[in-house]
Amino acid sequence: MTTTGTPAAPPRPGGGAAPPEERPTAQERRRARRSRRYQRDVRWSPYAFVAPFFLFFGAFGLFPLLYTGWASLHRVSLTAPTEMEWAGLHNFTRLLEDEFFWNALRNTFTIGVLSTVPQLLMALGLAHVLNYRLRGSTFFRVVMLAPYATSVAAATLVFVMLYGRDYGMINWALGFVGIDAVDWQNGTWTSQFAVSTIVIWRWTGYNTLIYLAAMQAVPRDLYESAALDGASRWQQFLHVTVPSLRPTILFTVVVSTIGATQLFGEVLLFSSGGGAAGGINHQYQTLGLYLYEQGWVNLHLGRASAIAWMMFLILLLIALVNLLVARRLRKSQ
Amino acid sequence: MATNGTARRSTRRPTRLAAIGVSALVTGSLLAGCADDGGSDSDTGRASDGDITLNVGLFGTFGFQEAGLYEEYEKLNPGVRIEQSVVERNENYYPQLLTRLASNSGLADVQAVEVANIAEVTATQADKFVDLGGQEGVDQGDWFDWKWQQGTTADGRTIALGTDIGPMAICYRKDHFEAAGLPTERAEVSKLWAGDWEKYLETGEAFMADGPDDVAWVDSASGLYSAAISSSESRYYDEDGEVVYKDNPDVRAAWDIATAAAEAGMTDRHEQFTPPWDKAMNNGTFATLSCPAWMLGYIQDKGGDKSADLWDVADAPRPGNWGGSFLGVPETAKNKEEAAKFVAWLTAPEQQAKLFEERGSFPSAPASYETPAVADATHDYFGDAPIGEIFARAAQDIPTQIIGPKDQIIAENIGRSGVRQVEQKGLSPEDAWQEAVKAVDNALDE
Repeated sequence: MTTTGTPAAPPRPGGGAAPPEERPTAQERRRARRSRRYQRDVRWSPYAFVAPFFLFFGAFGLFPLLYTGWASLHRVSLTAPTEMEWAGLHNFTRLLEDEFFWNALRNTFTIGVLSTVPQLLMALGLAHVLNYRLRGSTFFRVVMLAPYATSVAAATLVFVMLYGRDYGMINWALGFVGIDAVDWQNGTWTSQFAVSTIVIWRWTGYNTLIYLAAMQAVPRDLYESAALDGASRWQQFLHVTVPSLRPTILFTVVVSTIGATQLFGEVLLFSSGGGAAGGINHQYQTLGLYLYEQGWVNLHLGRASAIAWMMFLILLLIALVNLLVARRLRKSQ
Repeated sequence: MATNGTARRSTRRPTRLAAIGVSALVTGSLLAGCADDGGSDSDTGRASDGDITLNVGLFGTFGFQEAGLYEEYEKLNPGVRIEQSVVERNENYYPQLLTRLASNSGLADVQAVEVANIAEVTATQADKFVDLGGQEGVDQGDWFDWKWQQGTTADGRTIALGTDIGPMAICYRKDHFEAAGLPTERAEVSKLWAGDWEKYLETGEAFMADGPDDVAWVDSASGLYSAAISSSESRYYDEDGEVVYKDNPDVRAAWDIATAAAEAGMTDRHEQFTPPWDKAMNNGTFATLSCPAWMLGYIQDKGGDKSADLWDVADAPRPGNWGGSFLGVPETAKNKEEAAKFVAWLTAPEQQAKLFEERGSFPSAPASYETPAVADATHDYFGDAPIGEIFARAAQDIPTQIIGPKDQIIAENIGRSGVRQVEQKGLSPEDAWQEAVKAVDNALDE
């Protein structure tokens, strides 16, 4: 930044001399008016620029959020959404003893860990590799992003076929190495693993590109001096790349965590019949799916709203933890 | 940063003004778009020259259009045009219908309702539908009484008229039966299990012992449960509308049949209407399948040429009904008189018979069973089985069951969390029943 510093502006012609004592001319009045208008412009137009967002946010974000909160305090059925019967905090207190809710929370957490951790580690490694001078690097980068550009539904349907018990390609391949057919969908861990692979497949490339962008902003001379000090490539990665990427890593962790909390499409479509139960034993039913089941299958909008608000609170909690971690990181630097 | 500041400033003002203008425009039009919804299409119903367009909202494959019924009605009633919009799955169609009824917008002139939802619609949405009972050309005597009653509220308003029903038979593979030393002629096959699902299981045991090794007796345990419960006298509600599934011996009987088949390994362990099930049908890995009339087309479709002439149709152990639909006219429909007239025509016995002839949906109007279109109907894919006769016989004896508003949810949870856990995970029937009860109770609790 210092090298691109701007030279001081040259004095304006006639600058510095005392202005002659005169009545304000028409030109000057115009100038003054323009200056006032300019000030108003500077002061108010930023609000005008952000207004559309907030109008939309109010209509499609805040209002639904508050209305969902209101609905969560009532007994409401989709058969008569306008007839609400006050239920107080019943929809929330019942969640405490609702084993299906805890099951969904547990599943959301385990699938979240199973998908996020390998995904970010792989993305970091891939970004490191892509950061080298490669033949056709653009090609590789585009390929990285291809899964991200695929629709959830299309990707999931393909994975469902791959993971099929009787006619799936994965079981067919396992058969060659002498492993019996795995019932991917009906086992708890197998199904959660399978769902995680869909998430990993879709999001690794996206995170890779974000890491790659951050890596390219790391000054080359850091690597050069590390190399002069005799650091191997692995040591360079560990001691130069990763510390420089800390804020980026934090960002991807937050984004992936939010994504994992809201996981929905993959699990909805993972049972080949398409079902909101998340498997015969609810073994891969996430919070989002449980919300959907309560609201749109069982038609209990009040209960669904309470689950939605619990998800919101969980996300707030995650945001808070993130804030604390970020502050710690900044202090330690 | 500051170096190009002056350059930018010169162009700033107009861009900014333009940006404000554009954003205001976008916001305004979008907000207007929200407020306008429903109003904008309110005038499409009646075009300027007095023509009427009737919108029909359906799910799945009714086949009215394919059977040429719309075209016929348009010819009979010049000036009326019929359009349909179809949602593929009822599980997506029904919540959408409910929200549209609640908000009174986006409704078609005619809306279909599946039998699984009809009790809930008559119980909670009746005042939003037109009473079709007194409509000209509608004769209660045309329908089975139970079908008529399902679309009728407690206070006697008939808000939906029956289209098709799903009388059940058993479809079986002649080649597998022959390999197992069982009879293959449909009258004899029907006798093997006449009157009792237990006998069907016994035949299954014999088949598993003597039949081909890699062929199961029945496609899926939950499908067997659906069939068995459909043919019992009662289901999940009693006469007073109370949920009694837990203590109902009929439910337990159907449960026992399905879980016994699962425990004995007689099932092919598929979930119905999924791609693996389709493939199993194509590969012929199960010997029997409970098939309502509408299933025949499905079997033909998935079985393909490979299985032509291998399937046949026998009577079910006990007659039952699985599936079927209704048509209703919302009170807020743009052309409700015309729509009611159209529904009356479309559900009349002649049109039902035609739909059966063209598309295989079995009529809910027994008056049509005498017509040649039904009485003489055979199916060449199923060895020229006299399906009109077989299904008409089954339909006459369908028990009058009490259908409750939450029947579908109860059935789904028992099938999934209960029967399938025995079949797929080897849970004991007792444990699985507990799981099913937990799931059902959680789903019912408001």
